[in-house]
Order: sequence, then structure tokens, then C-alpha cells
Amino acid sequence: MIEPIFILEAVVNGILLGGVLALLALGLNLIFGVIDIVWIAYVDLVALCMYAVYFLVTLYGWPLWLAGLGAIGVGAGLGVLVHVLIITPILSSPPINQLLATGGLLFFIQSVATLLWSTDHRSVRVSLPTIEVGGIFISFSRLIAFALSVLAMIALYLFLKRTYTGTAIRAVSQDREAIALMGARPQRLYIVTSAVGGAMAGVAGALLSIQYAVHPYFGGAFGPLTFMICVLGGLGNMVGAFFAAFIMAQVISVGGVMVSTEMGYVIAFVIFIVLMFVRPGGIFAKRG
Amino acid sequence: MTTTFRVLGLLALVAMALVPVLPLGPAQEYIWHVVIQIFLWSFVGNAWSLMGRFGLVSLGHGAFLGVGAYATVLLWNFYGMTPWLGVVLAVLLTVALALVVAYPCSRFQVVGHYFALVTLAVGEVVRLWIVAERDWTGGSLGVSLKTGGAASGLWTLQFADKRVFYYVGLAAWLFGLWVWWRVDRSMARSAMEAIGEDETAAASVGIRVTRFKMGITALSAALTALGGALLALYLAYTNPDTLSGIGVSLRIVFAVVLGGMYSLLGPFVGTALTIALSEYLRIYFGIKLIGIAETIYGLLLMIFIIFLPAGIYGSIRAALFRRRWPRPQPS
Amino acid sequence: MLELSQVTAGYGAFTALWDVSLRVNQGEAVAVVGPNGAGKTTLLRAISGLIAPRAGRVAFEGAELAGHPAYDIVAHGIAHVPEGRRLFPQLTVVENLKMGAFLPAARAHFHESLERVYTLFPVLAERSAQRAGSLSGGEQQMLAVGRALMSRPKLILFDEPSMGLAPVMVLRLFDLIRRVREEGYTILVVEQNVRQVLKLADRAYLLEVGRIKMEGRAADLAEQDFVRQAYVGF
Repeated sequence: MIEPIFILEAVVNGILLGGVLALLALGLNLIFGVIDIVWIAYVDLVALCMYAVYFLVTLYGWPLWLAGLGAIGVGAGLGVLVHVLIITPILSSPPINQLLATGGLLFFIQSVATLLWSTDHRSVRVSLPTIEVGGIFISFSRLIAFALSVLAMIALYLFLKRTYTGTAIRAVSQDREAIALMGARPQRLYIVTSAVGGAMAGVAGALLSIQYAVHPYFGGAFGPLTFMICVLGGLGNMVGAFFAAFIMAQVISVGGVMVSTEMGYVIAFVIFIVLMFVRPGGIFAKRG
Repeated sequence: MTTTFRVLGLLALVAMALVPVLPLGPAQEYIWHVVIQIFLWSFVGNAWSLMGRFGLVSLGHGAFLGVGAYATVLLWNFYGMTPWLGVVLAVLLTVALALVVAYPCSRFQVVGHYFALVTLAVGEVVRLWIVAERDWTGGSLGVSLKTGGAASGLWTLQFADKRVFYYVGLAAWLFGLWVWWRVDRSMARSAMEAIGEDETAAASVGIRVTRFKMGITALSAALTALGGALLALYLAYTNPDTLSGIGVSLRIVFAVVLGGMYSLLGPFVGTALTIALSEYLRIYFGIKLIGIAETIYGLLLMIFIIFLPAGIYGSIRAALFRRRWPRPQPS
Repeated sequence: MLELSQVTAGYGAFTALWDVSLRVNQGEAVAVVGPNGAGKTTLLRAISGLIAPRAGRVAFEGAELAGHPAYDIVAHGIAHVPEGRRLFPQLTVVENLKMGAFLPAARAHFHESLERVYTLFPVLAERSAQRAGSLSGGEQQMLAVGRALMSRPKLILFDEPSMGLAPVMVLRLFDLIRRVREEGYTILVVEQNVRQVLKLADRAYLLEVGRIKMEGRAADLAEQDFVRQAYVGF
């Protein structure tokens, strides 16, 4: 029997993990909710932002916080590039083509990364202490990552709720034609959305870079998880994704401690399939 | 099929059957190796396209490949079970997995993006599970097929001579084409196309949507598992990254899209091209530029999807047919 | 003010409008009536830019607008209240109105316009923080009209405004349109409810199977026998 203190620690770590996972899921959902296309390569864009942080710190000697901001900029830029070059031509193609296009992007990003930077794991050497709270050990970098991801989510919320552009983005996801009748250009709103989604990938990348090492197949580790979270919360449902992220993070964290890290993922997946049986639209699917 | 096609097809078949017998010079083992891979991967590609052509885009076929491969190999390694039986069990296991995943998806209209994401997750989780259970699956290092020793041959499906596998591959590929062709001509095809257009409408005219979707998924999974098993037997080795996971799933998809998802020979053309390309790159660049092949694949996939969604073969075929048959005269 | 000359438009292989010509003068209220499927909605969509005409000209205050995208046409001063209202259901009343004033020129006068709309439709002021999707049919119609007013248009297009409204609400709706007209806006209404709309319009056109079959003063059209027989009491 595992000591309850370890379970508690796993729960706390799960909450901290959930913060960043929620950020990932929100970015993906934002883009899907507005543009109606799933960026299969989203987490690989996050990996690219992690590489950006790595190189800014190690090659150019930038301080970590500045590199983080740089990653956000890189993310936003990549978001716009992806939208303009890849998404715009296939906006009206059948879903299979859209999936294959972003799937191709995933493939491309992973292999370019291998080509340019080899499969070596690269990590930003950050020696942040581990703090102890009542017998539980929490990594400080995880704590910071959690706090910042919450801040980022609040910022996103305020942007969508309080600003003109944010409201317009919400409007275009509800009725694309009607917003055009108000004088707004859907295409421009899409670009802004892609930039914001990309920026969130940048934030996630910056936060992940202080916890994990990056390598070309990083997307393979977090990608499927992010997708499961999004489907579970209901594709396009921001609130659902938020809660689903924390639920999954708990399963992985506690499962990881009770059995093994990989099994934690497997258990999460099994639960995912079970929930799909029970509530196929996602556990927070809107009724009607 | 016109007579010309028939004759050409027959000639091609005869030529293919004769390849192992012809003196191809010192590189012949290598040529057989490449051709076997082309046959087996085309077989898998055709299996995938059974789902892909009806809008059921699976980005996790690596799961089926992996289960088929690992089950066959492990049943032999641990229980000495002959692959004849092992493959059957492996296929059944894979079909079970496919049905478990396909049921909620088919019944509750999980389509398009949702479905692709679910399959992506399945593919990766199978890979993770294989790695997690490293005690008996060998984890990331993979597992080698135990040699049958003196019992090599038909019983164990291990052959020293590549040429036997050549014929196995050819047979499998032809079998896959036959299945594809049968589905193409069957009621299932019309039903699936109706479902693809408008599921609710299809259901309202009495099409058993769930059954058809699950059926096609099961068929595709079964064939893919068979392909995985054959590949594992041929290579005498299996590894979670070469036979499961996102990478291989996407590679299959890419090859099919390149060649043409909606045509019989599209997957073959696409697979032949991608394997030829990657072999060429490997010879030319050696280990200097790891990842160059995939980079080009990814780039081409995106370009093709945007500009040439019918694939190379599909587009050529469409162009040929347009020229063959005269335009209908206006009345 | 608005002049359509021989506009032909449709969707894909299907042509919904053939050689349609009509005119709306400044300050007028013009109605376009006709049965289901006549092409009335297509007509408005061709004017507001949601679809591009295949042939013909759409001139507004001298400017040629055919083929221009919707967001550009709004900037010229044409507002379209679409069929079914097409509100943003998850946004609140005031957010919907905000979206109506998206254009920079409209945004500059946002508070002024908002006051005007709230004066015209006090109910909207009361429910300003309520989600549009939870409003009643009549309130939604008011919001849709108010939203169009926020863009400070010169011409307002109404697409089947009485659709989906209870009979009691229908009368109130036409009152509402009358009031809007009194504020000085030029309006073009497309409607199936012939009787009501002819009471409020100055001139009217009859559209059938994509072609203008009749035009004239609304009062004259209301007299027409077969119009009465076919559509009145609908």
C-alpha cells in the first residue's frame, strides 16, 4: 500500500500539471472553436517554442524571463504563418484534407527538428529549488509554471471578454456570416486568433521548458494527451477543456505514482475511452 | 475493365511473379528486400484507405500494426505458437481493440476531427503501453523473433531465402487489392458514401450506420494487423517506433495520400514512391542527414493535400479518363 | 439611392434571380413580396454582399457594389438584418450591439448610437447583460434591428422579419419598422406577409421564381386581385 503522503503529493503535482495542460488545451480549443480546424501539430509548435527558449538562453545568453517572452513572440509568429500558409488554402476543403494537412505539418516539424537539432534532449539548465510543504515535495519550477499558466488563462479570458477584438472573435465562432455583415473581416479575425493561439503555445512552451527537456518528438508525448483532454471537454468548449485538463492530470499523476509513469497515461486513456462510451460529446457537452 | 487493362494487368502480374527468378545481379537481395517492403506496406496502405476513402480518417493505424506484430511475435517467442495460429489470434485481438474504440465513435457520431484525435490517442497509447510493459515486450528496444532453428520453414514462417517472402508479400498485396476491389463494388461502398455525405439522412433510409462503420473499421484493422504480423515475421524484429505510434501512422497516411486515396492502386504507387525515395535518400546521404526523408514527406504531404488532393495516381487517372471518354453532347 | 440593374445571381449551378431590376429612392420604404423560394432572400444577400451576382449591377449612391465583400458594403452604409435574425447567441445584448458598431466610423459614435437604440427599444436597455439566445422572439427581432442601426446605415435591408414570430408580435414588429423608418432610414423589406408589409411600404415589387413580375405603389399592388387571392390571409 502506498503511503498516503505520496498520494497527496501526486494530487498536488497533478494540480500543478493540470495548469499547463489546461493552457495547451485552451490554445487548441480557441483555434478550433473559431476556425473549425484542429491543429494536429499544435503541441509540436509548443516544442518549437521550447527550442526557441533553449537557443535564446544557451546561444544568445538571454535571461530566462526574456527568452520566455521571446518564445511567446515566436509562437504568435508561427501561428500566423501556419494559418496563412497552410490553413487558409484548405478552409473549405473536406475535414480529411484539413486533418492531413496539419498532420503533415506535425510530421514536417518533427523531422525538421531532427534534421536541424538531432534527437538529443535539450534542457535549459534551471536549478530551482524543491520546496517542502508539510512533508510534500514540490518542485518550484512546477509551482511557477502553474501560477503563470493561471495568469495566462486569466489574460486570455479578459481578452476574449473585455476587448472589442476578443468579443469579435467570440462572435465569429458563433456566426461567421453575421459578423461579416457588421463590417468585420472573418479572415483578419482568424489571423488574430491564430496569433493568440500561437502565443499561448509560446507561453506553454516557455513554462514547459523549465520542467522538461525538449526533443523533436516532444509533441508525441504531450500531443495525444492534449487531444484527449480536448475531446473529453468537448471540442471547442473552453470551460470543459479547463476541467478535463485537471481531471486527466490527476489520473496521470496519481496513476503514475501508483503504478508507473507510462501506465499512468494508459490508465488515463482507458478512462478516456470509458467516458467516451458514457458521454460521447465530451463530459461537458452542451445539451441541445 | 477494358481488354487493354486486363492484358496489361496480366503482363504486370507475370512480370512480378518472375522477378525472384531473374538474375538481378549482386544487389538482388537488396532489391527483393525493398520490393517486399513495398508490397507489405502497400497492403497496409490499402487497408487504411478502406477507412480513409469514406471519411474515417484514422491517424492511429500504428496501433493495429503494433498489436498485430507484437501479438504474433510474442506468441511465438513465449509459447512457441506457430504464426499460422498466432497471426489469427493477433488479428482477432486487433479487431477487438478496433471494435472497442469504434463502437462509441460509430454509435454516437464521433466523426471528422473528433475521430481523428481519438485514433491519434489510441495509436500513441498502444505504443506507450508496449513501452511500459517492457518486462515482456522489450520496451523501446523492441523484441526479436526467436529463430525456429531446425523447425524453420512453413511451420514457423521463417525463411532464410528472401524469395519466399517475396511471394508472401506479393500474395498479401494482391489479396489486399482483391478485398479493396470487392468493397468498392459492394453495397457497403454505397452505404459508406451515403453515411459520409449525411449520416442522419443515411440512417433515415434504413442504413445501419453503426454496423457499417464498425464493419469497415474492423476490416481495416484486421488487414492492418495482418500486415503488421507479416512485417514482423519478415524483419524478424519489432520495435514500438517502427511498428506503432504516430510516426508510422502518419507515414502510412502520407503514402496513401501521395498515391491517391480513392483509387485501387493509389496506395501502391504512393508507397512505392515513398519507399524508393527514402531508400535513395539513405544511400545518398547515409547517416549524414537523419530526418531528411521525413522532412520531405511532411512537406510533400502538405503540398499535395493543398494542391493535389487526389494524389499522383488519382490525378493522373482522372486526367486519363477525362480524355478517354468523350464529353456528353448537349441535347 | 439603391439601383439594381439586371442582376442575376444564384448558388452553384442553381440560379435564383434572373435579370432583376429595382430601385429604392432615398427616404422610401420599398417592399419585395412573393412566395416561398421566389428568391427574395437571395436578392438581399446579393445586395449586402454575402453572395456575388453573376451579372448585372448593384449601384448605391453612385458607387458600384456588385461583387464587393459584405464587410465593404456595410461600410458604404447598407445594413442587412438577416433571415432568422442571426444574433450571436452566446453574446449579451450589449455585446451584440457592440458588434453591430464594428466599423471604425460606427465605433466612434458608439455611445450615441447605443442611446438611440435604447430609446427606440427600452426592453434592450433592461436586458443589456442578458445572453441574446435567451431573449424572446420579439426581443430578438428588436435586438437584430438595433444591431443593424449601430452601424449607422443609410439603407436597411430586412429579410423576412416576421418569420417565426407569434401573430401578436408580428403587428408590433411592423410598428417597429415603421418607427425605424420615421427615424429617417431608407428601408427595403422582403416579406411573405403581404398584407402587413404593403400597409407600411410606399412602393412594392412582386418577385416570383426569380423574376420581377409586377411593380408599383404599394396601395395599387394591394388592390390586385390575384395578389389578394393568392397571398392575403396567408
